[in-house]
Amino acid sequence: MNLSVEIAGVKMKNPVTTASGTFGSGAEYSQFVDLARLGAVTTKGVANVPWPGNPTPRIAETYGGMLNAIGLQNPGIDVFVKRDIPYLKEQGATIIVNVCGKSVEDYVEVVERLGDEPVDLLEINVSCPNVKEGGIAFGQDPNALYEITKAIKAKAKQPIMMKLSPNVTSIVDMAKAAEAGGSDALSLINTLTGMKIDVQKRKILLANGTGGMSGPAIKPVAVRMVYQVAKAVNLPIIGMGGIATAEDALEFLMAGATAVAVGTANFRNPNATIEVIEGIEAYMKENGIEDIHDLIGIV
Amino acid sequence: MAAKKIKATVLSQKQIGSDIFDMELLVGEIAKEAVPGQFISMYSNDKSKLLPRPISICGIDKEKEILRVVYRAVGGGTKEFSGMVPGDTLDVIGPLGNGFTMKGKKAILLGGGIGIPPMLELAKQLDCEKTAVLGYRDEVFLADEFEKVIPLAIASEDGKTGTKGNVLDAVREQNITGDIIYACGPMPMLKAIKAYAKEKGMEAQISLEERMACGIGACLACVCKSTEVDHHTYVHNKRICKDGPVFDAEEVDFE
Repeated sequence: MNLSVEIAGVKMKNPVTTASGTFGSGAEYSQFVDLARLGAVTTKGVANVPWPGNPTPRIAETYGGMLNAIGLQNPGIDVFVKRDIPYLKEQGATIIVNVCGKSVEDYVEVVERLGDEPVDLLEINVSCPNVKEGGIAFGQDPNALYEITKAIKAKAKQPIMMKLSPNVTSIVDMAKAAEAGGSDALSLINTLTGMKIDVQKRKILLANGTGGMSGPAIKPVAVRMVYQVAKAVNLPIIGMGGIATAEDALEFLMAGATAVAVGTANFRNPNATIEVIEGIEAYMKENGIEDIHDLIGIV
Repeated sequence: MAAKKIKATVLSQKQIGSDIFDMELLVGEIAKEAVPGQFISMYSNDKSKLLPRPISICGIDKEKEILRVVYRAVGGGTKEFSGMVPGDTLDVIGPLGNGFTMKGKKAILLGGGIGIPPMLELAKQLDCEKTAVLGYRDEVFLADEFEKVIPLAIASEDGKTGTKGNVLDAVREQNITGDIIYACGPMPMLKAIKAYAKEKGMEAQISLEERMACGIGACLACVCKSTEVDHHTYVHNKRICKDGPVFDAEEVDFE
């Protein structure tokens, strides 16, 4: 039985990775999960310099989901290269690094620093709704997305994967812009912008005002977008958005994703990634499917 | 000392205040490793509620593998817990965070509101001269149990029990002295305790609370401002779940 897939030349032993920001760089979760068993570990976004993130409260629970406005707190590329990459390498993980920035130059700086590191794939975060500059600004305008993709692709030694925001009028237009700019793969979706109000205090709950919604409640939106994008572009897709079970993951694969990422579900169940992998295996066994590729994009 | 995720079984539950509940959980090895000041992540059985409720540990029985939690039922999750009966099960991760570092010769334990429960196990385990001061808005709970293990003073906002005011008002009024403070309670109380300890030249260990998602230090939801750079991001943000919840008061920047 074959579960291995390839995303832009990067081999994954199974189609399951982690969604950026929900798994740190893996160290905290390694007490629950053997990181080498995952198709890949996708790290939390890293910028050229340390970012302190937003004030608290940074999260709120919603029905079947949550809002977060962490604001991409990260230690910057220096610490990341020195501490997190060697750690992941030692664990035997395939490494996808999520890159964030405030300007094209910031992104390019990080991508260049990663050029000679043992990193397999670069996921470019142009879709975080919780930072004032950069982030989503590049991910909501097809021209800006095209330009930043081109600029990053010109300097990247590893394949790049633009991470798309769902907070757009046409996800297909964005996917096409990233493809035209030279993206080697796509990941989608990032979180949906939302808000929660504390009726007792009569105030907006998150210190940032708005936050990104994730969790099972957003899954149908994500599946729809993966389906549309898979039909419209010729790039491999890592699909994500509310995946908590193998059945969820199979929906994304059938919609056209080559691999999937488990995110918010890690908070509910730190072993969620492994359970998804085992569940996909069980499904294939039950249904006599020899190769995972026989499920990808079949609807 | 890795945290574990287990299916815990409710052994007992009783209501000890208008919205305060007292629950015993069979948790296996988690109890063997737990120390005062640590917490557990308790998960709702309702899958539409994704996030853990971080609840402080009020009692530890290593031999019987039981943890006791005393919590306030405020939202949907904790209200669900309050309806659980012996034999019910729920997912628990623990023990989490760093507990109190027991040291000093003469300790003052300060608990405010729902920050009182974790001080009980500490009061039992501290082997030194000690006094506890508990602060309540109005309704008193757990005081009888403290009285059995530690000399006790009480403060209440309505003045119906003990000193009228907060825990520090009681400390001052009753001239309670020591060389170390251990405290858990709301932020304004902890901020005042930091200032008080500094004024008196005392050490203070304070336990903080914040909304959490992962509970293990990965998601960076529950940070507090710290006076020194943290060793995760190097930006003066310590993680309450992982670097805390107990901090040296000097570590926390209340601004």
